[in-house]
Amino acid sequence: MFQIAPRSPVYDVAIIGSGAGGGTVTKVLADLGVNVALIEAGPPIDPAKDFKEHMWPYQVPHRGVGEGGAGYFGPSPWAFGYFTTTSGGWELPGEPYTVAPGSKFEWFRSRVVGGRTNHFGRISLRFADYDFTPYSRDGLGTDWPITYDELAPYYDKAESFIGVTGSKEGIRSAPDGIFQQCPPPRVHEMLVQRAAKKLNIPCIASRLAVITKPTNGRPACHYCAQCGRGCVTASNYSSSQVQVFPALKTGRVKLFTNAMARELIADPSGKVTGVSYIDKASRTERQIRCRSVVLACGACESARLLLNSKSAAHPNGLANGSGHVGRNLTDSVGYSLGASIPALEELPRHNSDGMGGMHVYIPWWLWDAKNKEFPRGYHVEISGGFHMPAIGSFARECREHEGYGKDLKDFIHARYGAYVSFAGRGEQIPNENTYCDIDPDVVDQYGIPVLRFHFKWTDNELKQAQHMHDTFQAILETMGGRVTRPRPNFMAGEGISMGGEIIHELGTIRMGNDPNTSVLNKHCQAHEVKNLFVADAAPFVSNPDKNPTLSIIALAWRTAEYLAEEMRKRNV
Amino acid sequence: MSELSRRDLLQNIALSVTLGGLSPAAAQHVHNVAADEKASSGVYKVKALNSHEYQTLEKLADLIIPPDEKSPGAAASGACEFIDLLASQNSRLLQIYTGGIAWLDQTMTRRYSTNFVKAKPNQQTALLDLIAYRRNESADLGPGIEFFDWARRMVVDAYYTSPTGIQVIGYVGNTSVSKFEVPQEAVDYALKRSPV
Repeated sequence: MFQIAPRSPVYDVAIIGSGAGGGTVTKVLADLGVNVALIEAGPPIDPAKDFKEHMWPYQVPHRGVGEGGAGYFGPSPWAFGYFTTTSGGWELPGEPYTVAPGSKFEWFRSRVVGGRTNHFGRISLRFADYDFTPYSRDGLGTDWPITYDELAPYYDKAESFIGVTGSKEGIRSAPDGIFQQCPPPRVHEMLVQRAAKKLNIPCIASRLAVITKPTNGRPACHYCAQCGRGCVTASNYSSSQVQVFPALKTGRVKLFTNAMARELIADPSGKVTGVSYIDKASRTERQIRCRSVVLACGACESARLLLNSKSAAHPNGLANGSGHVGRNLTDSVGYSLGASIPALEELPRHNSDGMGGMHVYIPWWLWDAKNKEFPRGYHVEISGGFHMPAIGSFARECREHEGYGKDLKDFIHARYGAYVSFAGRGEQIPNENTYCDIDPDVVDQYGIPVLRFHFKWTDNELKQAQHMHDTFQAILETMGGRVTRPRPNFMAGEGISMGGEIIHELGTIRMGNDPNTSVLNKHCQAHEVKNLFVADAAPFVSNPDKNPTLSIIALAWRTAEYLAEEMRKRNV
Repeated sequence: MSELSRRDLLQNIALSVTLGGLSPAAAQHVHNVAADEKASSGVYKVKALNSHEYQTLEKLADLIIPPDEKSPGAAASGACEFIDLLASQNSRLLQIYTGGIAWLDQTMTRRYSTNFVKAKPNQQTALLDLIAYRRNESADLGPGIEFFDWARRMVVDAYYTSPTGIQVIGYVGNTSVSKFEVPQEAVDYALKRSPV
């Protein structure tokens, strides 16, 4: 075992990972005067240099398709396209993961300051009160050890600080929060609202982490629709720009980049005393000493770190006496469908950019319905409008119209901005066949054993995706669109997203009151290791149809305050 | 638009958001600078195709997106430069174009005893009318249909990602506004035609 140099500084808290969870804990602790080491596996990010906001496609010779037309021959070399901000990928060179036979799973990892918050869709939805008691409601899954009311003050803090748009609606599945004014609906969004109303489906102002008034020194959105490219004015939320950079200015945060955590070091009593990491530049192992540690590497990466922190006292990995580390993994159910809307053809041209994402969305509306064919629910995201033309923007029109010349050109012009599509994001219920563990045969380029994924949808999720299709088709047809895609055979596994594809993986280090069935207590503190906390989505007990980021921030905020208080009381 | 002028835009935006927004005139300026930049970028030196192949590609590009009274066609907007450049970086793509163009010439020669570029306009379109549609799939036409699919896709991509194409299709975003508004004219247009 490696010895820690006795002279090296001891940080109050070592935080591993700088995404939504790590960024929040860093900000809260630094503000409370705590001395923090922030450990990030990837490089720093420099918005002025790295972001491609406001670039036109023709400013790059390959226009975004990649050298040699790479994107024409397979997936784009960039997960979300050339112009999207630096944010990792589905494959990282030298850092593999494996998928068990019979399973399909994709794991998106960001190794960069800010992690996946640099690119995420900024959708910021509170969980509903009933989302914390899923087992009590339908007998499936497990109840949370905390209630909505316990988390609500932290939703307030999170929304006030990062800035979230929205409107007060009084809908139980979509609790109201502290909202900034949402910009008005675009033309296609008005049509969606009218069609939804006719079908008794609510369609309300978007809840996006985009500021529409100056907030904490950040200027308001300038409505260029390019949130995904990274915002040079930091008018949307990313943990890098909104939490990490300001926290660094306090002088209480030491940021370690390109530092890949390998193992937590525990003393014989089981307390964590340090973090062992690989300095990627020199490919040498180093240690950081700390009084407590907060894992925020992303749910699966945090589980991997605990499973790889084995010792005589913790043969199954640190804090894993329950055997639940890596279990209870879920992703969101995803399905999309769109159609061209005749009423929008030849629409008078105007700037419809707006925020980087929809201005209205559909919260789950059947939370009280009886005789539903599947448990739980989904929300619906909407896209359309005049987007900046990009490689592939008119591939659909070329395919549908074929031909050439003036006819083709006229068809493309008529269809520009007329296509409307819906994406559902629904709740997967944890099942015993879906988890991650350590592959006994494979290590990454740093010699760290890698994760192996096991993933199964159940009929609950397949029926939900089927319901999404039928809903989307009904709305599109009510708008006058004609859906050309045949209904997939959902019950045979068609149509539904692949596990991991929606990038909402969570639950792998869950919280609970029973140390036999959970790893963390209700404060996201390990039952077995008092100075070990988890602040990403790994503690989540269920994966409601709300997208996890806002809840990660709220829960991490609560965890950070609890940790600071326990440190003050000298309990950790 | 050069990296420098983009940087000016970003600085302008950073400044203007604090002052309350970028003026419409400034936004238009951004677009014009972008268009001028392209026009002054000089003559492209063909890298992968030979001059006959490049000439054939130019003809094909303008048949796919022809010039009209208001705007130049695909060739003048840089579509062939885009294709030639990528083909110079990828032998698979180069083969698609050299092979496809040779197929066009051979087929034209068989039908009209001349190559594609030298054929009469009605002879050119007669062949395209066959290979521009999947429904004409046959052993004879298969390679031509496959090739035309590539050419159409890439010419359309190149055209609409060029300053000309962006202007022609009417994309007026990628700018900075202090308030997002939807013009009433567009709302009325859609609502009048909408079944809901």
